[in-house]
Amino acid sequence: MSRIQTTFEQLKAQGRKALIPYVTAGFPFADITPALMHGMVEAGADVIELGVPFSDPMADGPVIQKAGEKALGLGIGMVQVLDHVREFRKRNTTTPVVLMGYANPVERYDQKHGTGAFVRDASAAGVDGVLIVDYPPEECEAFAASLREHGMDLIFLLAPTSTDERMAQVARVASGYVYYVSLKGVTGSGALDTAAVEQMLPRIRKHVDIPVGVGFGIRDAATAQAIGKVADAVVIGSRIIQLIEDQEHAKVVPLTVDFLRGVRKALDA
Amino acid sequence: MSSYQQPDASGHFGPYGGSFVSETLTHAILELREAYARYQHDPAFLAEFHYELKHFVGRPSPVYHAARTSREMGGAQIYLKREDLNHTGAHKINNVIGQAMLAKRMGKPRVIAETGAGQHGVATATICARYGLECVVYMGSEDVKRQSPNVYRMKLLGASVVPVESGSKTLKDALNEAMRDWVANVDNTFYIIGTVAGPHPYPMMVRDFQSVIGKECLEQMPPMLAEQKVLGQQPDVVIACVGGGSNAMGIFHPYIPYEKTRLIGVEAAGEGLETGKHSASLQKGSAGVLHGNRTFILQDDNGQITETHSISAGLDYPGVGPEHAWLQEVGRAEYVGITDKEALEAFHYLCRTEGIIPALESSHAVAYAMKLAKTMHPDQSILVNLSGRGDKDIGTVADLSGEDFYDRPSMRGLSVKGAAGDTKP
Repeated sequence: MSRIQTTFEQLKAQGRKALIPYVTAGFPFADITPALMHGMVEAGADVIELGVPFSDPMADGPVIQKAGEKALGLGIGMVQVLDHVREFRKRNTTTPVVLMGYANPVERYDQKHGTGAFVRDASAAGVDGVLIVDYPPEECEAFAASLREHGMDLIFLLAPTSTDERMAQVARVASGYVYYVSLKGVTGSGALDTAAVEQMLPRIRKHVDIPVGVGFGIRDAATAQAIGKVADAVVIGSRIIQLIEDQEHAKVVPLTVDFLRGVRKALDA
Repeated sequence: MSSYQQPDASGHFGPYGGSFVSETLTHAILELREAYARYQHDPAFLAEFHYELKHFVGRPSPVYHAARTSREMGGAQIYLKREDLNHTGAHKINNVIGQAMLAKRMGKPRVIAETGAGQHGVATATICARYGLECVVYMGSEDVKRQSPNVYRMKLLGASVVPVESGSKTLKDALNEAMRDWVANVDNTFYIIGTVAGPHPYPMMVRDFQSVIGKECLEQMPPMLAEQKVLGQQPDVVIACVGGGSNAMGIFHPYIPYEKTRLIGVEAAGEGLETGKHSASLQKGSAGVLHGNRTFILQDDNGQITETHSISAGLDYPGVGPEHAWLQEVGRAEYVGITDKEALEAFHYLCRTEGIIPALESSHAVAYAMKLAKTMHPDQSILVNLSGRGDKDIGTVADLSGEDFYDRPSMRGLSVKGAAGDTKP
């Protein structure tokens, strides 16, 4: 059983919802990520999504794009991201880590280090799942097979525009959890329509029998709480990035921990 | 190549092409695929398309024998396919009409587009004005500076122009921004992509609409060649500039089965292919995934897209249409580079020798044709796609030449990529 599966089963047994924070690796300081990950776990995170910076993040809003640009400027590439995970695993062997990013840095890693190198190295570093924003199910069969071989999960997005047919197609290849993008738009945009999310989830669950997380637009404890009532997990990204983007080094971890503690409390209430 | 059938049903040209988009865009892409499949061969749709091309664009565009240039080069006869004579001044209008007709049929009242040199933006704004569609054009802020006449034209035509400040502030960033707009507004918005890139069906659809260029040439060339007593029915070589590669695909595609005709794409070698300051994705790039398709891209060891350089905003793009990557791989087309300096020389040469002011993009193709002609015989022929006219570029050229000109960006206190001080003309 994968770490992601184990985590969700434990939460289910406890009647709790998963809190999944997202942070761009190497942001806002190149060396801060492992400490930030530990802090997030301490604050109640169940799964950590670690963003792999990419120069052309088409599905992300300006907040995450800027974070990516900063991390790239600090020299963060796939090699460094895997180092962060390896470092994190020295003291934590239970919290699942999911890499979230775009296809090109993954493919380039294989071009440079040999076919299959990314999955092998990510698995060895302690990565549990991968979400490649621009890999739809029909373009990543070989990649999916290779991940399965290493016991890693392939996480997919679903959107308000996803048809039933599409949900079924995603369900056939997805594992770990699926991530419902709660609004039309890029990360960090707009306000969340909780009622619309509530209506959508039963439709998704007709096709998908793994946990469903909801993200894009969750900004505070209150929205997290509302979404937690209907979804299995809440994903928070842009809000955390905004919180730490202009902070001095020493404040990044405490601020994130404080914020996530509030969300955790609301989610468990 | 007589049985050339590309792409396959899922939009792949060999290992290239495909549809690498976020789930948030999948629905829009599938909807478009369905609509294009429905109208692609629909006689009423095609009749309207050709009516528009004839009466609004002014097609067929002529093929012109550049007699003086040919004589001075002392080699092959050079012919120019005059896409610069199209309404709005470039080949871009052909494709835009087709896509805007689809937008109307799909009931999408709002159109978005991205543009580099501004020709695609102007064409899109033009069609939106004609069809009564709302139009938003994304343009890198660097290109907004370089191409201010086109920015103003778009505004006159009723479009909103949104300068994009992210990344390198050029075409690729405008493309990212347009994709984001599309994700947020999929219900009422049609995204008119201006080149043979992006997720399937764009590379195929844009090629199909642009193929009118090559189809006309197939008919126009035999009598022209006969008149000049040049050998053969069709040209020995067809040359076009390649940024994303839509004008090149448009003229190449109908010629693919004519194996005696060499197809040569000219990429922007910028300050030189070895300097790292160029936009030559096919010659200096490698396979990767960008903007919804797998193709050749300029990237670093970490898979990050690298900054490009060209004197010409329209060629300043780190990727290329996937079908070009495929044509290069199977050896049906060759890809070469022309530097900023060579393109500029060809620009001035064509102005003075033929009375034609070519776009800086097209000047790359002309420059290579002039080089190649010298190695060929007078009874051989080269057909160059003169994809657009150079009115939009005269500010840039004036800056490079140190000429006084009221619209020089430098006179507006702007520093422009590719201009004097940046490159040595």
